[in-house]
Amino acid sequence: MLTTHALMLAILLFGLGLVGLLSRRNILYMLLSLEIMLNAASLAFIAGGARWGQVDGEVMFLFILTLAAAEVSVALGIVLQLSYRFHTLDADAFSEMKG
Amino acid sequence: MEVLFYIAAAVTFLATLRVITHVHPVHALLYLVVALIALALIFYLLGAQFAAALEIIIYGGAIMVLFIFVVMLLGPLAVEQEKSWLTPGTWVGPSVLALVLLGEVGYLIAAGDYLPISGMETRQKGVSIVLYGPYIIGVELASMLLLPGLIGAYHLGRRLSKEPRSC
Repeated sequence: MLTTHALMLAILLFGLGLVGLLSRRNILYMLLSLEIMLNAASLAFIAGGARWGQVDGEVMFLFILTLAAAEVSVALGIVLQLSYRFHTLDADAFSEMKG
Repeated sequence: MEVLFYIAAAVTFLATLRVITHVHPVHALLYLVVALIALALIFYLLGAQFAAALEIIIYGGAIMVLFIFVVMLLGPLAVEQEKSWLTPGTWVGPSVLALVLLGEVGYLIAAGDYLPISGMETRQKGVSIVLYGPYIIGVELASMLLLPGLIGAYHLGRRLSKEPRSC
């Protein structure tokens, strides 16, 4: 019963992250929304692992943690570069590429 | 135990809602830290103690500190701005949510022998055996992901020392 509700919470959190990603135009908030969605995914894995009594959920959580660390370090470097070059964080302003 | 889960879930949901609706990055980060700690408590209640510890140490510690560094690097910190950040009103929301979590942890400690350490030991052993057994290819892939991440972050951050190009 607890794991079912944990999965529902994971769906809610993923939805919140998706809404934030689609509605915010500040690139920092888009990154935060990505973090929220990754957290929701890891909560789903942990809940699944707890439901079936297996340790695979925690292993997948470790992989998601590694992915989030690598993603955040590169993405924040990109955010710094964009803010230095364009003097704004508006995602709509970064439209130099044609096509 | 179920009540604790629902309280922690409510705290997570409210804090996450405030993250995506807040206009100020530092306040949003503060709420996100509270949400991550509440999520760590949920992991603990689901029986994944090691994941809960990692959630606090790596997500709530390392990754959020990275975000705060970048927010601080993005804009110059004026004294007035810093004063406006430190008004008591902005700290009420995260403080109340964090106090709810503190109450839950205090209750768990006071309640005593919940999820004993001996049961956790065998579970952690199982995680390690599975991680370096069937999932060894995942560990290798993680190393192949982390090295380009390191090089990419170094390359992107290195150019900042030069004169910034005006757009």
